[in-house]
Amino acid sequence: MQLARVIGDVVMSHKDENLAGIKLLLVQPLTPEREPAGRPLVAVDSVGAGVGEEVFFVRGKEASFPFYPAEPPVDAGIVGIVDRWDLG
Amino acid sequence: MQIAKVIGTVVSTQKNRKFEGAKLMLVQPLNMDDTPRGNALLAVDGVGAGVDEKVLVVLEGRAAGEALGRKGAPVDAAIIGHHRHDHDRLTAK
Repeated sequence: MQLARVIGDVVMSHKDENLAGIKLLLVQPLTPEREPAGRPLVAVDSVGAGVGEEVFFVRGKEASFPFYPAEPPVDAGIVGIVDRWDLG
Repeated sequence: MQIAKVIGTVVSTQKNRKFEGAKLMLVQPLNMDDTPRGNALLAVDGVGAGVDEKVLVVLEGRAAGEALGRKGAPVDAAIIGHHRHDHDRLTAK
């Protein structure tokens, strides 16, 4: 998983039927120092995240697991909203 | 799998229910000379690792879910070993 900040939402009028009702958000991966880490990407949301929030997301097929038994064709999904992180 | 160092812990209240009770750690993958390699990532902890410890991380969904002991968990990384004692070795030949 990776830390990220939600920086926008994505709206499409035509999409795969398995994506119906699923919210898509634009996320910017972050370093632990809150600097951008690589390029933004689109992730599905299953935890009610909103723009400006810090989240963590999972990559790969596992991104579809929160929607089981539906199997949306996705490769990144927000699975938690981060309260804080503590560096040792 | 990769060698990494635990650099922090993550607190999240609102999360997928499969993460309930799981420890979320920030880990920094390492090169063979212990310098940082790439970006830090989040891994669920399956072995009771602590901050500053060197760990072995699996970066694959099914294996990470098994390490967590929960089928169908939306995870892609898990700590599966750690290096706490001097006589432990995480070396490559």
